[in-house]
This record gives sequence, C-alpha cells and structure tokens, in this order.
Amino acid sequence: MAFRLELREKTPIWFNIVLPLSAVMATLLLCSGLVALAGANVFHAYSELFLSAVSSRFNLVETFVKAAPLIFTGLAVAVAFRAKFWNIGAEGQLLAGAMAAAYIGGIESLPSFSLVPLMIIASALAGAGWAMLPAILRTRFKVDDVVTTLLLNFVMFYVMTALLDGPWKDPLSGYPDSPDIRMDAEFPILLHATRLHLGVMLSLLAAPMVWWFIRRTTLGFSISVVGENPSASAYAGISITRILIYTALISGSLAGLAGAGEVGGLHFQVMSGISPGYGYTGIVIAMLARLNPIGVVLAALFFAVVVTGAEAMSRATGVPVYLADVIQGTALVTMLIAQLFTTYRIRTLTTQG
Amino acid sequence: MSNPDYLLSMQGICKSFGAIQANNNVDLNLSEGDILGLLGENGAGKTTLMNILFGTYQADEGKIMIQGRQITIHSTADALGFGIGMVHQHFHLVHRHTVLENLLVGEPGRRGRLDFSGARRRLLEIGDQFGLTLNPDARVSELTIGEQQRLEIIKALFGDSKILILDEPTAVLTPNESTGLFEALRALAEGGLGIIFISHKLHEVRNVTNRVLVMRAGSVSALVEDTKEVTESDLARLMCGHELNPPKKNTSKLGDTFLSLSAIKTGGSTPQKLKGINLSVQGGEILGIAGVSGNGQKELADVIAGVLSHTEGTIEVKGEIISKASPRLMQKLKIGRIPEDRMTTGLVTSLPLYVSMVLPWIRRSIFSRFGILRKNEILSFTSKMIKRFTIQATGPEVKTGTLSGGNLQKVLLARELAFEPEVLLASQPTRGLDVAAAEFVHRQFLSLREKGAAIILISEDLEELFALSDRIVVMYEGRIAGETKINDASVEDIGLLMAGATFGA
Repeated sequence: MAFRLELREKTPIWFNIVLPLSAVMATLLLCSGLVALAGANVFHAYSELFLSAVSSRFNLVETFVKAAPLIFTGLAVAVAFRAKFWNIGAEGQLLAGAMAAAYIGGIESLPSFSLVPLMIIASALAGAGWAMLPAILRTRFKVDDVVTTLLLNFVMFYVMTALLDGPWKDPLSGYPDSPDIRMDAEFPILLHATRLHLGVMLSLLAAPMVWWFIRRTTLGFSISVVGENPSASAYAGISITRILIYTALISGSLAGLAGAGEVGGLHFQVMSGISPGYGYTGIVIAMLARLNPIGVVLAALFFAVVVTGAEAMSRATGVPVYLADVIQGTALVTMLIAQLFTTYRIRTLTTQG
Repeated sequence: MSNPDYLLSMQGICKSFGAIQANNNVDLNLSEGDILGLLGENGAGKTTLMNILFGTYQADEGKIMIQGRQITIHSTADALGFGIGMVHQHFHLVHRHTVLENLLVGEPGRRGRLDFSGARRRLLEIGDQFGLTLNPDARVSELTIGEQQRLEIIKALFGDSKILILDEPTAVLTPNESTGLFEALRALAEGGLGIIFISHKLHEVRNVTNRVLVMRAGSVSALVEDTKEVTESDLARLMCGHELNPPKKNTSKLGDTFLSLSAIKTGGSTPQKLKGINLSVQGGEILGIAGVSGNGQKELADVIAGVLSHTEGTIEVKGEIISKASPRLMQKLKIGRIPEDRMTTGLVTSLPLYVSMVLPWIRRSIFSRFGILRKNEILSFTSKMIKRFTIQATGPEVKTGTLSGGNLQKVLLARELAFEPEVLLASQPTRGLDVAAAEFVHRQFLSLREKGAAIILISEDLEELFALSDRIVVMYEGRIAGETKINDASVEDIGLLMAGATFGA
C-alpha cells in the first residue's frame, strides 16, 4: 500500500469550511502534548483557553478589541498578496499610522469634532505613503519587495523610537511615551463600560468592504488578474505598475488604520510596545484565511481568543501563556498542509489486475 | 489473451476523473519494431493513456504487461525502470548546460560523482546505433529546436529504453526537421524499439507509422493493422466521426490600407531582433508571415500588439502615425490580437472563464460603470460567447485552465472578435490544436476577411499559410526576406527564403 498526491480538477466548496476547521483541530491535538507536559489536564486547559474568552460580556468584547488590529493587518496583507505584492511591512505601516493618529490627536488648534475623522484619514495616508516606497522601488527599479517591506519595518520602528526619546518624550515621567492625545480625539466607546471603540467597528466593517472591493470593482478585478498572470494582464492593456501602486496604497492604508485604532481607542498615545508584532501576525492570519477578507475576520478572532484565553488558562492550570504563540505558529503550519488538499488529493495505490 | 510476443500490452484500461471517463476499456499492443500511431482529437484520451503508461496516473482498471510479464507502474521512475521513455511536447532541458550535462540529470552517477566518460560513451553508442548524433559539449541554448528534440529522444533512450513514446513531436519542428525526425524514428524501430507516436496530424501518421490506433471520446474507435491500407480521409473519419470539411476561400474585395509598418527596428540596449521591417495590410486580405521560429516573428507580433516598443521606424494605423504604441491604444484602434502563447500571455488559467473573456474590455461601459463591475452583464456576455463559438465549458464560472487547448483558443478568438476588429493579429493560432478546432479557427479568419478586416497570420505551419493567405512574406533574421502573392508562391521558394536564400539582386 502506498500513497501519492494527484491533482484535483475541482475543489469542492465545503472544503473552505472543513479545511480550516480540521486545521484548527489538528493544531489543538498537536499542542495537547505540550499542555500535558506542563502538567495540566488537557481538557481543562483547553476549556479555560476557549471558554474564558467568551465567558463574559467583558471578555467577549475584549476578544473583539484584540482582534481589531489583527483584522486590519490581515486585510492589508490579503489585498497585497492577491496582487503578489509581498507586503511584509504591515508592521511598519501600522506604526506610521499610529504616529500620524497621535500627532493629529494632539493638535490643539483643530476643532474637536474634526479630530477623530482626521486621525483616521491621516493614519490611512501615513500607512499608504510608507507602503508606496517599496512599491515604487519594485516597479521602477525591480527591487525585491519582500526585502524592502521587511526592512522598512525596522526603519519605521527606529523613527518612532527616536521620536519617543526626543521630541515626544514625556517631560514629566521621562518615559519614552508620546504625550496623550486630546480627550476629544479619543475614539467613541460604543458599548458602555467596555473598551469597544470605534476602531473595532471599523475593522468589522472593513472586511466586507474589502471583500466587495475585490469581487466587484474593476480595480479589485485587476489586482487579482495581475497577481495571477501579469503577462496576460499587460497584454490586455492593464498597467501592472499602476495596479501594484494602487495595491500598495490600499494595503498600506488598511495597516495604517490598525495604528489609528490602537492609539485612538486603547492607548491614547504612542509607546514603543504599541504593536507586539500585529503586522507580522497579520501575515499568518491572511494565510490562514487563504486571502479571503471574511476569513481574515474569523482567523483574527481565533487568534484573539487564544491570546485572551491564554492568560486565564495560565492562571487556572499553570500552563505558560506562551502556549498561545505555539498554537498560532502550529495553526499556520497545519493550515498550509490543509491547503494542499484544495489542489491535490491523496490516492491509495493498490496493485493493478 | 496475453501474448508474450508483445513488447507492451495494455488491456482493458479504464480511467475516470470525476464524471469524465477519460479512458474506457482501452487495449493497446506494441511489438518490437512497431511504430504505432496513436491518433485522436484533443480530449480523446491519448494523453491520459500515455500518462498511465508513464506512471503519472494510475489506471482504475486494467493491466499493463511488458514482454508478457504483468507490471505495476507507480511512478515515472518505475516507468523508466521498465524501459519506457517519453519525449514530451514541451522540452525539459536545462538551457545553460551542455548536452552531456543534460543527459546526466537524474542519473545515479558513480560514488556520488557524475559519470561523464560513461555518458560520453553511451552518447556515441546511441549515435552509432541509430544515427542520432549531437556534439556532447554544445550548450542546449546553442542547439536548434530539432536538435533539442533529438537530445530529448537520446535522453529517453539513455537508460536503455525499449519503448519510446513521442507526444506531438512535430508541433515545434520545421518541415525539414520533421522529415529528419521520421528518418530517425524508422532507424530506431529497425533497431528493435517499439515506438508510440501521438499525433493528430494525419499526413504524418500516414507517413511514419505502420499501425494506427484511433481513439475517440475515451475509447478505441479503430485499430488499423496496416497504415498503407487507409487514406488520410479514412483516418479523419475514424478520428472525428465525420468527413473533413476544409473551409473554402472566397474572393474578397481589397479595401484601404489598415496597418503599415515602415523601417521598424527594435533594440537599443537589448539585442536587435527587428532590423527594418516594412509591411502593410489592406482590408479584406490575409497576410501570411512565414519563417523559422526565432527570426523576429515574436518581436514583430509584440510591436503590433503594443507590448514591445520600436526604437526606429513608424507604425501607421489607417493613415495615422502612432507615436507611442501600447496594448490599450492598439485595442482602441480596433486591432485584435491573438498571442502566440495562449496559456501565459492570453488567458488567466487560474481564474474563472469570464475573467479571461472580458480581460481587455473590463473598462468598457457595458462591463463596468464608475469602477464597479457589472457582473450580470459580464456573465451573460461570457455565456453568449460560449454559445456563439461552441466553447466546451460548463459555464462562465468554470476555471479557465480546465478547458482543452482548442477551447482555450476559441475563448481568445471570441474575446478578440467580440468587438469587430479591423485588423486581427494572430500568432501561431492553430499550434497544438486538433483538426476540427483548427478548421474552426480558419473559418473564423476567412469570414472576418470577407467582412473586410485585415488579418496578419504569423505561422510556422506552411500548409496553413498556403491555405489561408492572399500574400506571404518570409522573415529571416529580423528582416523581410521576400514577398509573394499566393498564386505565384511555391513551397520550395518559401522554404529557401526561410533558410536564408536571397533571390535576384
């Protein structure tokens, strides 16, 4: 008895639901060994991990709050990867957006009603601008976008550190935190006594909008086509340069919005730990979602549940919170394997005759 | 039932993909010294059968025997081990490496080192035995297409194969190279090999094989035990199930000059491929462009399509000089373009059919308004085209890549003819297509010509050029080597021009 992979002619539709689910199940199965190793009951630990995140209204809201930046960066990466613009730079674009929001939110001379909309616009523009740079380098000079987008993350991080250590340094405490934004610049809270802010709502609205944009607009059409076959697109009269620049602008502004939500809705300032790698996690989320915008929301929520739940699990069972990182990493691997089955099937070989 | 005298015997082979029965109870027998033609339209199941033999697929039912011994083929490596070699339509060679290095790919070597001297010896052996000679130290990039194919055949024979499969081997060759190939195949058969020759070109099958297995819709429709006893039209009837019906060329009235190129050159920093091209086409005529591949035809097509910019010379469309050609401008000027490589430059195989169908037209107001797609119009347009061009596809949402070659070409034709072009540029439009599909394409060209459009037909198939063209020009090394009216043209003269001869002054 032997096995081999054979190309599928068609992918059944229900695969889109069953595959991610089985990838998650496989992940949990694989990680259960580590849980047991930490001396905890696997079922107890997992029930803490998943139930605590949804057990109370507050925790449920917190899960959405944690998911918001991941949804934005996931969408940013999904759009970019569809065009095969390898934007590894959502992290830097998020930081650019965060700084732009903090800057606008601190300007005293602006009328208060304009602060929130201006912060949102500014953060999108900042992210878009920062993503433009690698797009121009790629289309003009054929510089590899993986390298430039990745390295520009560090450039932006150090720009931020320089600001926080210099002009934005808190004069009272001396900490590397930017001054707080004005009260009027804080994002409205949509649910009393929670942290459900405007940014969370925006992230949930952004996903269907991106979905519609990809399926139903000429630009979205062109982005998919350029990603799938650039030479056919060029032959048909679509300018690849233009499409890649647009893709970078959209991707960058989505990542920038993640920064606006964190500053306007949660921290009200910029500090060096404002993003614990949301931009990079966005890549994993986009891959998990198979670049589908709705899938991005589900994948981001899954990650948020795991992150929120890990604390509760750790308190209850003593399993280290780092299990959350292991689950996230394992999920990517199992999902990539699961994706294999969308294009291939396994055949068992039996002897002929 | 099992005859140990057969070199190869495939019995009752069945294979289905989902609902499609690609092979239905197929029997195939091959003796030493046989050249068996495997004839059939695209999608008749020839390739599936050969992929089963070569270990790419597994049969659902049936058995395979070699010299009377039943075998199981799990993989390509197994097939090679059983002495089955295959020459694919598209070559699998490393261009920057030498002939010898290419032969050593996949060879086990000796104690981890490549066995160059052994390979050199084997190459000479094959040369002595079958007359297949090549310079072992030449780089593949220096070889002609015919020589590259010879290398592929030598590769297939390298491991002492007894059975040689050739998939559409003449698709890339010039007439002379094809003749050379046939001689080599006869020598191989005399040397005791069994050869399976896959083709849908009737005259070739008539020419080179001694038996023919004809397939239609997954089953064997006929087995001809002596090729000499049948005519080409017999074979055609067996293959298509009906008589051939080559399109008739009516007279058409010449119209205005639609497109003219004068002294077009390309290059600059890159190697100059076009060295001063002058040509023009009028409405109502088909201008054939002949030439051995690589003499600038691709660049000429790219210049007219607007994807390659010329460095010198002028392009005029209906008397207006085009200063900066681009794909979009050429579309706007009603120049339809069918690229040479439909899979990579023409269509987007990984996306639904409707995407490929409206790709150049997506900004037209029927398909989008204010940047928003009109999905219903796109889908109904695609359905309409599927019907009008009898494209075998289940619907507009089916993945483009699942269509067969002939249907893919119909998609391109439908797309480029949809908005009534005045000029149609077609590069190798029937390459790899079966008889019925090629006839369909030809008929479309002729009807377009009768409607008064100008057609530029770039082809390496002389038969096609002679059947359709009103004038033929021959390209040689980036220039027009000669031009003749079709009535004055002879295959010999065109052949000489293709080889670089010059006439008169």
